[in-house]
Amino acid sequence: MLELLGNNSWVVDKVLVATWETIYMVLISTVLSYLFGLPLGIILVTTAKNHIMENKGLNRVLGSIVNAARSIPFIIFLILLIPLTRFVVGTPIGTVASIVPLTIAAIPFVARMVETSLKEIEWGLVEAAVSMGANNSQVVSKVLLPEAMPSLLLGIAITAINLVGYSAMAGIVGGGGLGTLAYYYGYQRYEDTVMWITVIVLIILVQGVQMLGDNLAGKIANKRR
Amino acid sequence: MIEIKNLSKIYATAGQQVLALDDVSLAVKKGEVFGIIGLSGAGKSTLIRCINMLEKPTQGSITVDGREITSLGMGELRFARQKIGMIFQQFNLLSSRTVFDNVMFPLEIAQVPRAEANKRVQELLELVGLTDKAGMHPGQLSGGQKQRVGIARALANGPKLLLSDEATSALDPQTTRSILKLLKDINRQLNLTILLITHDMNVIKEVCDRVAVISNSRIVEIGDVLDVFSNPQTSTSRSFVNAVINHEVPAELLHSSTERNGETTTRLIRVSFIGASAGQPLISSMVRRYNVDVNIIYGNIDRIKDTPFGNLTLEIIGHPQLLQEAFDYLRGQGLEIEVLTNA
Ligand SMILES: Nc1ncnc2c1ncn2[C@@H]1O[C@H](COP(=O)(O)OP(=O)(O)OP(=O)(O)O)[C@@H](O)[C@H]1O
Ligand SMILES: [Mg+2]
Repeated sequence: MLELLGNNSWVVDKVLVATWETIYMVLISTVLSYLFGLPLGIILVTTAKNHIMENKGLNRVLGSIVNAARSIPFIIFLILLIPLTRFVVGTPIGTVASIVPLTIAAIPFVARMVETSLKEIEWGLVEAAVSMGANNSQVVSKVLLPEAMPSLLLGIAITAINLVGYSAMAGIVGGGGLGTLAYYYGYQRYEDTVMWITVIVLIILVQGVQMLGDNLAGKIANKRR
Repeated sequence: MIEIKNLSKIYATAGQQVLALDDVSLAVKKGEVFGIIGLSGAGKSTLIRCINMLEKPTQGSITVDGREITSLGMGELRFARQKIGMIFQQFNLLSSRTVFDNVMFPLEIAQVPRAEANKRVQELLELVGLTDKAGMHPGQLSGGQKQRVGIARALANGPKLLLSDEATSALDPQTTRSILKLLKDINRQLNLTILLITHDMNVIKEVCDRVAVISNSRIVEIGDVLDVFSNPQTSTSRSFVNAVINHEVPAELLHSSTERNGETTTRLIRVSFIGASAGQPLISSMVRRYNVDVNIIYGNIDRIKDTPFGNLTLEIIGHPQLLQEAFDYLRGQGLEIEVLTNA
């Protein structure tokens, strides 16, 4: 690969910068999407029928919003959210600006992932806690979240991987990172090398995130066995 | 300790209504081990779950230790629940925590200061004999050990009442016995009232002082375990008792024992005895006094708590007049005689 690059050392610089931008976007938007998506997922689970905070109305409303948001393709999200992004960040273009649509698109996804993880917890564990006099927040923080931890970690990995893909899409409309690099040099200037390097870096990133997730989840699950 | 009055519970599911408890009234005394037995679907779990309001009663009231559970606000109820321990068939231990931290869990809920809680957990682990397993995760324990953790956890906040929902149903007979012994021990040591439900009459026999038989959502019989065993009043109770103690006499015996032979008559009787008389040689003194012959067909002696109890099926051969006197003699000694055949 180095040979392929030849004396094009500017490519290396560009790729390094773009990779960092992608990691930065993905990292921040993963964190932010969990900041909102985790509580949302918890509410989706606990307000469901027969759960600790059963609330049919709230559950249905939130469920519908999440479903609606999830049915909008990301590329449409990007365009729809331009005014909001401009308002929050000041500009719809660049790495920081991309974080807004990435985060907002990921929130409903995260909510469903969290919901799925928490639903797997045996109901008997919740009941045991309730029978000891636990309140709702104790049930969530001491039973649901710790018990679901391996599954939640895998969910984070999947979310981050999705966001790597989304960030590349955002890059095409000026979002920065590897997507922008591939688009400018690969598509507009026919620099195949840059295109391929981008692809390889993306593969490595995704593999890395997945391995990290599997590893952490596996370690925790093993300890409990 | 527990006073249940006119408790009814109706489950409403998808257009269907299930009457799970029908006007149940029950009183459990302080310090006793009270058993509730019934077939699957009879309403046992519903009843025990109403006591800590895991199920909300449709009607009726439940008082635990002088407080009407059914009328408490949410905060008060949570506080009351801290003083009602519960153990489960499936143990329901947290896999995310070690044995030690599982026992710590209810203390965290009750916000007991850390140092005090640590000490308490140590004591509890000692009580249930799991000190050496403190650092393990539940997945590494056997069923019996898991239930010991469950018991330690249930006792953490010093409850006055322990509810047990089929706590031994997932265990083998030997482990069941050791868990029941532990329950009995803590009942005595801590003067803890225990309400347990089961479908196994052996469990009732081993640990309970009193028993209620529940059938089709209603309590059909209630009494001292010994009384219910020796003299079950309903067919449900009888079938439970028979599952443990064989009262039935094979049909062919009933026929073969009816013949008459000259001066003597043969009768098949069942002698039931409870308590001290089981230790006395009554049968042999009857044989001597009334000059009858005795053939032991079937016998069963058991212990309920510390009282021997059982029955003997005897073939007695002798002069009809003397036979009658012999039976009266046994009755006079406090035995219960049932004549199974009449020649
Ligand atoms: N959550 C529920 N919703 C609807 N019906 C229920 C519910 N829980 C129990 N039932 C019904 O109530 C009746 C009594 O159930 P319960 O669980 O109390 O029986 P049980 O005596 O504990 O039986 P088992 O020995 O099988 O545990 C059954 O007919 C059951 O189907
Ligand atoms: Mg049950």
